[in-house]
Amino acid sequence: MATVVFTAGDDVSTDAIYPGRFMATVLPSETPQFCFADEKAFNAALQQKSFAPGSVVVAGQNFGCGSSREQAASTLNGHDLVVVARGFARIFLQNSCNLGLRTIICPTIEAGLNDELELTPTHVRNVTTGQAFPIVPLPPARQAIIDAGGLIAYTRTRLVAERSR
Amino acid sequence: MGMTVAQKILARASGLPFVKVGDVVEPSVDMAMSHENTALVINQFLEVFKGTGLEPKVWDPAKIAVIFDHRVPAETAKTATNQKKVREFAGAQGIEKFHDVRGDEGGICHQVMAEEGYDRPGHVIVGADSHTTSHGALGALAFGVGATEMASVWTLGRAVNIQVPATIKVVASGRFNDRVTPKDLILYLVGALTAEGANFKVIEFHGDAVRNMATSGRLVLCNMSVEAGATSGIVPADQETVRFLRDEAGVTEPLDLVQPDPDAPYDRVIEVDVSTLAPQIACPHTVDNVKPVGAVAGTKVHQIVIGSCTNGRLDDLEVAATRLKGRTIARGVRMLVFPASWKIYKDAMTRGYLADLIDAGAVVMNPGCGCCLGVHQGALGDGETSLSTTNRNFKGRMGNPASAVYLCSPAVAAASAITGVITDPREEV
Ligand code: SF4
Repeated sequence: MATVVFTAGDDVSTDAIYPGRFMATVLPSETPQFCFADEKAFNAALQQKSFAPGSVVVAGQNFGCGSSREQAASTLNGHDLVVVARGFARIFLQNSCNLGLRTIICPTIEAGLNDELELTPTHVRNVTTGQAFPIVPLPPARQAIIDAGGLIAYTRTRLVAERSR
Repeated sequence: MGMTVAQKILARASGLPFVKVGDVVEPSVDMAMSHENTALVINQFLEVFKGTGLEPKVWDPAKIAVIFDHRVPAETAKTATNQKKVREFAGAQGIEKFHDVRGDEGGICHQVMAEEGYDRPGHVIVGADSHTTSHGALGALAFGVGATEMASVWTLGRAVNIQVPATIKVVASGRFNDRVTPKDLILYLVGALTAEGANFKVIEFHGDAVRNMATSGRLVLCNMSVEAGATSGIVPADQETVRFLRDEAGVTEPLDLVQPDPDAPYDRVIEVDVSTLAPQIACPHTVDNVKPVGAVAGTKVHQIVIGSCTNGRLDDLEVAATRLKGRTIARGVRMLVFPASWKIYKDAMTRGYLADLIDAGAVVMNPGCGCCLGVHQGALGDGETSLSTTNRNFKGRMGNPASAVYLCSPAVAAASAITGVITDPREEV
């Protein structure tokens, strides 16, 4: 069971997830402090480690639109959050798969703050409301990278295979 | 079934005679570009090599471009230290297309790529920046990636696991009215498509309005294609592409002017008669909140910005300088101008545009990303409003979540500078 700890509407931009003024901070070990920095209460709760790992951010369409900044994925990943959204912007989805941030495409998801969700391979079940919403699988090309343990591991395997030929 | 430009380029780069939409391919990369975030790319690149016993060497230093623009000159010790690391890495790896904080080679990455002739029709270009879509203006397939994906490209020379995207065809016909520009066309299209209307798709631009457009205008269209979510924007290469690359970028090699097949499959076709367009404006806080400028005319503005990879080129500065020559910017309004490259800066200086703008009261900043992304210069105060020729108006984009940003063409920006309120440029003020 996972708790919804933040909800957002459509078109949440990477400027909202990780404001540009913190972009000089790049290392995944350092980005978590600025997660949703302008959502002061949520950021403070994250910094105080108030949420269990695997807690959920629920959002609408086009989550992560805008800048390609990878900090937007690494900052959420650093807090072990899962993002369930009606849809994701391409570069953000790609960055998330590359870095291991768990993203779930759930086109009809309805959930409020503090709702309890059960994440199954095919559905998101909102235990609080009793409703279940189907999941759209990630594109196979992206799933292959997740299965390899992220793009660094994937590329490393390829590198070793190619340069030792 | 034929192929779109994107399909043809991906097929060629993947060594395949044909690819269809949805295929997963691994195209070789012709140019890989990054800016200050190269600091993170280096970090991830070194991670890839960890434990392999192999020496971390990029696949081909001649196909890598590193261009500082987001924070130039460095605004903090942290940025300066990041830039120093990148400079040393570029030197050690033999990356010669490295554009440092220098007047003789610097500028915004997307502009420098075009000016230097690093963009070529038919090429696959990846950039660690979402506005990499810009390079489709020269007939390339260009898309943005994150830093880790760039590290993967640096290692393998290919973009792995790329799904061949569907293409939306835009046919723009007719002649632009006076003071209506390519910026107004792309704002209109982003409004019509919405911020996710082209997500995972390519936009291919056709029609006589595009054929008759200079490369500077095509760069605006492709630059902002990503604001509708597009993977890439592409103008199929033509004689204007050849002219630009030969005359302005000094490219002498043969060019591959990739065209779509007559029976290429399009996801949808959007037709626009540009002669019906009024100047457009994107209202706070999303780029697809687009209206004809008249709908918000009279709104008070505090800062006017002309610049960026979208509208910081010579023709943009010319529009502003021509309008403002001999005039005075309204009191209470500050106007910031940041040319897209030092080449443009010098040309604008030679032609007297910069002097005209300064005499009117504008502040001319150094080329770079400037206030476009709110990290460096030109932040807004609480409750202030900016009117800007840049490409994004998300809450907080200009450094302050308590401010608002409207996006427009240089013509709208210049007319509004005189009045201090949002003004239709077709009105005499
Ligand atoms: S000018 Fe703005 S949009 Fe263009 S590359 Fe710089 S920050 Fe990005």
